[in-house]
Amino acid sequence: MAPETRSSVVRIARLVWADRLGRVGLLLLAATFVVAILGPIVLPFDPTLVGTSAKTILAPPSGGHWLGTDELGRDVLRETIQGAQVSLLVGLVATAISMLVGSFIGIAAGYTLGLADDILMRLTDFFLALPTLPLIIALAALFGQSTVILILVIGLTSWPSTARIVRSQVLSLRERQFITRVRSLGATDYRIVTSHILANVLPLIFANTVLVIAGSILSEATLAFLGLGDPVHVSWGTMLHFAFETGATGRGAWWYILPPGIGIVVVVLGFILSGHTLDRILNPRLRNR
Amino acid sequence: MFQLGYLVRKLASLLVTLFAVAVFNFALFRILPGDPIRLLARAGNLNAEAIQRLHELYGLDQPLPIQFLIYLRNIATAQFGTSITYQRPVADILAERMASTIVLLFAATILVVVVGIVLGVVAASRRGSRVDNGAVVGSLIFWSLPTFWTGLILIFVFGVYLHVLPVSGTSLPGVTHTSWIAHAIDVGRHLALPTITLALVDIGQFVLITRSSLVDVLTEDYILTAKAKGLSRRAVIWRHGVRNALLPVVTTTALYVSLIIGGAIQVETVFSWPGMGRLMYDAVLRRDYPILEASFLIFAVTVVLANLLSDLLYQVLDPRVRQA
Repeated sequence: MAPETRSSVVRIARLVWADRLGRVGLLLLAATFVVAILGPIVLPFDPTLVGTSAKTILAPPSGGHWLGTDELGRDVLRETIQGAQVSLLVGLVATAISMLVGSFIGIAAGYTLGLADDILMRLTDFFLALPTLPLIIALAALFGQSTVILILVIGLTSWPSTARIVRSQVLSLRERQFITRVRSLGATDYRIVTSHILANVLPLIFANTVLVIAGSILSEATLAFLGLGDPVHVSWGTMLHFAFETGATGRGAWWYILPPGIGIVVVVLGFILSGHTLDRILNPRLRNR
Repeated sequence: MFQLGYLVRKLASLLVTLFAVAVFNFALFRILPGDPIRLLARAGNLNAEAIQRLHELYGLDQPLPIQFLIYLRNIATAQFGTSITYQRPVADILAERMASTIVLLFAATILVVVVGIVLGVVAASRRGSRVDNGAVVGSLIFWSLPTFWTGLILIFVFGVYLHVLPVSGTSLPGVTHTSWIAHAIDVGRHLALPTITLALVDIGQFVLITRSSLVDVLTEDYILTAKAKGLSRRAVIWRHGVRNALLPVVTTTALYVSLIIGGAIQVETVFSWPGMGRLMYDAVLRRDYPILEASFLIFAVTVVLANLLSDLLYQVLDPRVRQA
C-alpha cells in the first residue's frame, strides 16, 4: 500500500470515528473481529462433541453450557463463536471478488466507451434486473454445497451495482485535465488506467464496498438458512437452519435462536453503520444531510 | 399520454430482455450442470420409459438450437415439466401457489409504502430532530435484520410466548367457517405475522430513500416560493414537496420488487405460507429442478415487468420526461 493511500485510509477512519453512528459501527466491527480471531482459540468448538443423553439435547443455559446446547447436544456459545469466522470469511472474500469484477467491468466500459461500453452496460443492466435471492438459490442448488461455491455465487452476482458506480466515476475522470496531460506526455492506456484512474476511483467506491460486505454476509446467512450452506463449515445461517428444521422455536429454545441471529445483526449493522457514515463523508453532496 | 415511439422502444427493449432471461435460464439449467435428465437422475430413480418421455419433452436428441426452440415452445405453452416431489405438472402446482404469494406481497407492500412514506416525510420535514435521528437509526437497524430470523423471533414472541397469533399456514386446519367474514378474519390473523415480518425488514430502505429525496426537494427554490406565498407548512411539504420527492422513489420499484421477492421466499419458509417461496424452499431441499427452474423464470419475468412499470409510471408522473 502506498504511503499516501495508507494515510488517506487513516484520515477516513478518523472521520468515521468522529461520527456517532460511525463510531458505533467501528466498535461493532472491532468486537466481531476480535471474537472471530481470538474466540476459537479461547473456546474451541468440536463438532463431534455431541450430547450423550436426551437431557443434553437442546438443554437450556447452565454452568457447563452458558448458552445451552443445540439439537445434537453441542455447546451453542462455542458454535456461535466458530460461526463468526465463516460469516466474515464469506462476506469479505465474496465482496473482494465482486469488487474486482465490478471495477474491471466499470473501468473497461467507462474508459473505452463505444461498442464495448454498450455491450458491458447491457450485460450489467441485465444482471441488475435479475431477482437476487432466486438467482443465488438456483446457482447454489445447481453447483453444490461448499463454502467456495457460496463465495463464488455471492461474489459473481453482486458486482453490477459496483460496475455502474465505477463507470460513472471513470466517465467524469477520463476528461479531467490531469488525465489528458498524462496522455499527451505519451502514457499508455494501461498506465493511465492502473496508476491514475484506479487510484482515483478506489476511494470513491470504498463506501459501496463496505455496504456490499453487509449484503454478502446477509446473503450467506440466508442461503445457509435455506439449507444451501456448507455442512462442514457451520455458519450462523447453518445453525439457524438446523434450529428451524428441528423445531427449536416451537420448543422455546431461545438460546439456540438468539445467539447466531444476534451475531448476524451485530456484524451486518457494523458494516452498514460504517458504510452509511463513509457514504456521507465521501459523497460531499450528502454531507449536509 | 405516451408518445408512440417511446412505447415501441420500451416494448422492443422489454422483448430483448425477456429473450435474454429465457436464454440465461436455458443456459443455467440445461448447459452448465448437464442436461435435465442427468439432473433428474441425480435426484431420484428414473425408469427407461420416464427417460424416454423426458427426451421427447425436452428434445434432447436434437441439436442445441432446436432444443432452445422446443424450450421456448414449452415456456409459451406453460409446459414446465413434471415435479419430482409431487409427480404432477409444475404449471399446475405454480398456479395453485401463486395466489397466496400475491396476497402476501400485496399486504406487505401496502404496509411498507404507507408507513414508509409517512415516516420518511416526518423525518425529512424535521431534519436533525430527535424524531429524524430515531427514524434514520431505526431504518439502519431494520435494514440489518435477516428476514428469516426476524420471522423466527416474531414466531417466538407472538406464537410461542404470548400465544396471540397463529404462526403457520393460511387458515385454521380442518375448520369450516360459517360465514365469509369468519373466514376472512381467520386468514387475516394468519396473514398478520408474515406481513409484519416482510414489511419490517424492507421498510428501512424505503424510509431512507423517501427521506433523502424529500430533503433534496425541500432545498429547491420553488419550496421557498411556496413558503413565501404564505402556504401552510403542511401544504408546502405534502403538495409541493412530497409530490416531487416521490419521483426518485418510483425508479426504485424494480429494486423493491426484487427485494420483497427475496423476503417472501424466507417469510413463506418460516411461516409455512403455501406460496411460491415456500415451494422454492422445498424444491431446494429435495433438489426438485423443474420447480426451481420454473420459479426462477417467473420471479425474473416479474422483476423485468416491474422495471417496465416503473419506467412508464415515471413518464406519467414527470411531465418533463414526457416532453423530452
